[in-house]
Amino acid sequence: MKQLDRTELSLLVALPALILAAMVLPSWIVNYVQVSLGMGLVALGVMIQMRAGLVSFGQGLYFCIGGYAAGLAGKYLGISDLFALLLIGILAALIIATTLGFLLRRYREIFYAMLSLAVSMILYGLLSSTEELGSTDGFNLPVPTYLGMAPSGEAARMTLFIITAAVVVASAIALNRLLRSSLGYVNEAIRENELRVEYLGASAHNAVHVTYVIAAVVSSMGGVLWALSLGHVDPEMTNWTTSGSFVFVCILAGTGSIVAPLIGTFLLEILRVYAVEISPNTWQMILGTVMLLTIIFLPKGLWSLLAKSSTAKRFDPEADANTQPGE
Amino acid sequence: MLTAVAIAVDGLGFAAWLFLSSVGLTLIYGVMRILNIAHGGFYALGAYASAWAIGLYVQTGNPVALSYLIIPVMAVIAGTVAGLLIERGVLRFMYGRDEVLMVLVTYALFLILEDVTKLIWGTDSYVAWQPAYALGTVDIMGIPYTVYKLAIIGVAVICGGSLWWGLTHTRVGKLLLVVIEDREVAGALGINVTKFFTVTFLIGATLGALGGALTAPEISVVPGIGAEVIVMAFAVIVIGGMGSIPGAVIGALIVGFARATSVHLYPPAELFSIYLVMAAVLAVKPYGLFALSEGRKI
Repeated sequence: MKQLDRTELSLLVALPALILAAMVLPSWIVNYVQVSLGMGLVALGVMIQMRAGLVSFGQGLYFCIGGYAAGLAGKYLGISDLFALLLIGILAALIIATTLGFLLRRYREIFYAMLSLAVSMILYGLLSSTEELGSTDGFNLPVPTYLGMAPSGEAARMTLFIITAAVVVASAIALNRLLRSSLGYVNEAIRENELRVEYLGASAHNAVHVTYVIAAVVSSMGGVLWALSLGHVDPEMTNWTTSGSFVFVCILAGTGSIVAPLIGTFLLEILRVYAVEISPNTWQMILGTVMLLTIIFLPKGLWSLLAKSSTAKRFDPEADANTQPGE
Repeated sequence: MLTAVAIAVDGLGFAAWLFLSSVGLTLIYGVMRILNIAHGGFYALGAYASAWAIGLYVQTGNPVALSYLIIPVMAVIAGTVAGLLIERGVLRFMYGRDEVLMVLVTYALFLILEDVTKLIWGTDSYVAWQPAYALGTVDIMGIPYTVYKLAIIGVAVICGGSLWWGLTHTRVGKLLLVVIEDREVAGALGINVTKFFTVTFLIGATLGALGGALTAPEISVVPGIGAEVIVMAFAVIVIGGMGSIPGAVIGALIVGFARATSVHLYPPAELFSIYLVMAAVLAVKPYGLFALSEGRKI
């Protein structure tokens, strides 16, 4: 058992803090937190791929697979147990990602980005034209039960929140471990120079495949939790514009820490609610502008502002990569 | 038999539309190595500009005949203005950066363009059916087709032909081919590569806007059409090999016929069929049919 590092400790501290906050704060804020925790998991999926230099423009695929797997299990099999639904979502993502991984692991850079996008749009096309599943309107999910218990009212809301938060924190800790494992280091090496990774005896294809599957599983969990807290799924989950917003979060927040995308998702969600209300027609413009400015002035995201003091002395391969002109 | 004819004509129609909407994307990628997601924004701008202008023109009681001129004019205006602003204002500061980063930059630009379109033309839908309606229909083996649809096939052939002629028979075109083949060697030979970037981006943007402008009379122009077209255009150029113009022709034909076939035989698979074909092509040729050669990174 490895020692907990600072990120993991703060995640563990954050869990009771979140639950406490959920009890005190008004329910609409708690709802946003819950929804953005679900989406945050998808952003984490995007982030661990970004660590390998791979930008997935189609992570919404697994977000949607998770949501729809849970929804279908509820609709046709009558399953409403949260843990069972979570498991079904994970299994669905595991099978599909392992298969698709054989295609995607051959590609890098823009090909990876655009092929993951194309794959997610296949599902979008399928779901939008399937009338039994409500086409573009989607359908509703059952109210979750927990190992036979079916709390109601306030208790149901809190239970779902606590479980969502616990799953997200546990996944974040697991992913943090992953980033510090040999796979995590191989991924960083792939980002820098794949050919040399192969010369050193590691298989870049395998590493990318495994990372892809892990990202898919995490995202599908996000999808299940998100769908259960909203009680509804629709094909918009796998539209490429949804996937784009996950990429946006990772660019804005940075990939410096596992916590960054989680906080970023929450901030984006809050910002979205207000911006859409105040000026619905310039909301995307604000997003785009912020994204451009982040890429130009803060290439490693907002997190780099926070982390500057503590990581400045550490070895940082990206620091010189960014200053080199050309490819 | 009837279905076969329908598939053939519809396939050609789709292919023409796809070619017009995606050739600018592949041209920009070939020369600049930028996969321009904002291309969808150009398409939408062109569609809105032409639908709006045609509507204004016809409402004031002018003859429909001249409205065909409005389409290319508005496409050129929309493409040039937006293209120039984006290339001079943003992209030129980022040349030589990572290709993936450029995808993100153009994605941000796409988001901005989407809202610019909404700010200019609002969120209402625009219809400009008059030019398409005025041309009437023609019967092919008993199936009525709008002449406008057939005219788009003609426009696509003219565009593709003049692009091919321009690239192979003019000095600028030949130099551009050199840049597409190898940017570094082109620079070393004394070609001012960045000068070509501006020209290429403007041509590409205008072609994207033209795709939208030509489609406007056939559809109802609503927010979100740009997001739809970019995925389709991407499938086309990936099949043909990104950056290859003959590839865009072949890609458009393949996707066009795949889509037409599925529309006539099994409609629910329409969107699915496109990507199925793409996956099949990529399984055999991982970087498309006419992929550009890439240097190995050591």
